[in-house]
Amino acid sequence: MSKYKSMLEIKDLHASVEDKEILKGLNLKVNAGEVHAIMGPNGAGKSTLASVVSGKEEYEVTSGTILLDGEDIEELAAEERAHKGIFLSFQYPVEIPGVSVTNFMKTAINETRKARGLEEMPARDMLKKIKEKSELLEIDSKFLSRSLNEGFSGGEKKRNEIFQMAMLEPKVAILDETDSGLDIDALRIVANGVNKLKGKDNAVIVITHYQRLLDYIVPDFVHVLYDGKIVKSGTKDLALELEEKGYDWIKEEQKA
Amino acid sequence: MELKEKLVSSFLAFEAEVDTTNDIHDIRTEAIKSFEKYGFPTKKLEAWKYTSLNSVLKNDFSLFPKKEAVIEFKDVKQYFISDLDSYKIVFIDGVYSSHLSGTTHDKIDVCLMSSALTQDRFKAVIDVYYNKIAKEDGLVSLNTAYAREGAYIYIPKNTAADKPIQIIHFATGLEQASMLQPRNLIVAEDNTEVTIIERHQNLSDKKVFTNSVTEIYTGKNAHVDYYKIQNDTDTATLIDNTFAEQHSNSLCSVHTFAFGGEITRNNLNFFQKGQGIDSILNGVTILEGKAHVDHNTLVEHQQPNCESHQDYKGIFDEKSTGVFNGKIIVDQEAQKTNAFQSNNNILLSDKATVNSKPQLEIFADDVKCSHGCTIGQLDESALFYMRSRGIAPKEAKALLMYAFANNVLETVKVPQLKTRINKIIAKKLGVNLGFDL
Repeated sequence: MSKYKSMLEIKDLHASVEDKEILKGLNLKVNAGEVHAIMGPNGAGKSTLASVVSGKEEYEVTSGTILLDGEDIEELAAEERAHKGIFLSFQYPVEIPGVSVTNFMKTAINETRKARGLEEMPARDMLKKIKEKSELLEIDSKFLSRSLNEGFSGGEKKRNEIFQMAMLEPKVAILDETDSGLDIDALRIVANGVNKLKGKDNAVIVITHYQRLLDYIVPDFVHVLYDGKIVKSGTKDLALELEEKGYDWIKEEQKA
Repeated sequence: MELKEKLVSSFLAFEAEVDTTNDIHDIRTEAIKSFEKYGFPTKKLEAWKYTSLNSVLKNDFSLFPKKEAVIEFKDVKQYFISDLDSYKIVFIDGVYSSHLSGTTHDKIDVCLMSSALTQDRFKAVIDVYYNKIAKEDGLVSLNTAYAREGAYIYIPKNTAADKPIQIIHFATGLEQASMLQPRNLIVAEDNTEVTIIERHQNLSDKKVFTNSVTEIYTGKNAHVDYYKIQNDTDTATLIDNTFAEQHSNSLCSVHTFAFGGEITRNNLNFFQKGQGIDSILNGVTILEGKAHVDHNTLVEHQQPNCESHQDYKGIFDEKSTGVFNGKIIVDQEAQKTNAFQSNNNILLSDKATVNSKPQLEIFADDVKCSHGCTIGQLDESALFYMRSRGIAPKEAKALLMYAFANNVLETVKVPQLKTRINKIIAKKLGVNLGFDL
């Protein structure tokens, strides 16, 4: 037994969408307090991994297990996984006209509290928390009364995702290409937010194409996902090597 | 005997009960002839293509209540917006209920059509406005022939009604099947303001068939907001014929919240007879079971520089059916008209049906008219997004439906009414979201 508590453990995961196998025996172990980066070429299965872990129903897990704190969550619905502490920062956050950011967050937090057998959060505490977390992400209060993601710029959408993460305080946060569509200032704000939120009791999985984000959110481990499997793991130096050499050498290695 | 024959042959008996000496007698006599000519609408009529009354008309309706029912306020309190300080005109089985009502003759008249039609002091207003705005057809004529009770609201010029007015019609199920024909007249003279909330409520599971006519006169610079709550039982059929005449710089809005009933047909007609007029027709329809709602709207732009805005949202579950038939006529004279119409629908079940039909008839060349119609489903990616944040499917769906209807809900200007509508929707959707959007 490792002395570290394994928070998320994925064992020999096979997953398909519309009968096409995307994940082909993926293994990943993430301990509390760690930041893992998952990199890899397009079509390797990065977003599929994020969707499968968060419980998207279109994906069928054909074999393998996903353990959160030692509990198999594979049979749980997306909202139940959220209640247990899984969070996905979407690559493409969905626009929901007519639902304000604030009301969405209130509903999400209170639904989660309800599922955990807690009372609704008192309005004053909620407001305080919203204020505190929005300041962390440098979000204007006017922004909070706008319809969720509707007409938001790419940077605003991603900042709003991390704001939601800050509000929900998940155990395992998966950031799916959170850096895409961000300019350097937005990237800094988002990364700063993530860094402030990570701690010894939670873990972050950063899915990205580029090393750039990893300058700001420094990973403990970097994994290369290729053709549905983790084919290489290393430290942050691996990310630098990938940035320099691209993915072709990984592909060559796999063929060999 | 068919209902039509029964109605025609019962007319004399009805006349025997009411005062036949005044002018209204002539109007009634003309009207019954007109009904005899037109009869009930059938699906052969283009405007009734998607709504059949056959299943309703086969009932043996009682036309006059033979006895009076008494209901206690506590038993029907839930149908009032009781936290709203308002005037109330309440009818039980078509008969005025004085103990549930609160009327006035102080500056404005909020009272009964039966008084207005028979008492001399109302004659001047009745002569000018009664049965002048409504357009003749089978159902309207039938109502006119049998009209004797309803709400009479008169706001003399330069006056704002100090409180909203609630009009509530209860049916208690005294008979196996009852027919009700309320007749309302709202006269808002120049520079006036009034807000009206109307509701029809069947208190039993017996059949009720209501054929209602409402005439709304909106004078210059007058402002009338009319809200209709249609959340009735699946044994209640309502045909609401509403006619609004507007004069220069007036605003008249009609909101229709259609949440239930066997068949609900809204014939909503606006006639713009001046300049600078705004007409607002908004609707939220949320149905399940076998409920059927048909919104049939007409806006006639007769003069230049006017606007009309129609926004109808519909959500249909199970085997419910919806119809939107929206006609905009822009007369040759009505240049610089802005007329907008939008009808958006969500089908939650593959057995639900919506028919949406915009009709624009434009005879002027310098106008802006638009219409848009969508029929779709709840956005699956939005549902997953919400679920991934811990919101269960039922709540997530409800939130999306609220959001869908929200731009109509937020135009409700009476906060207590808005809260009530939100509560009705939450109850229908089986959720408690704990906030108003």
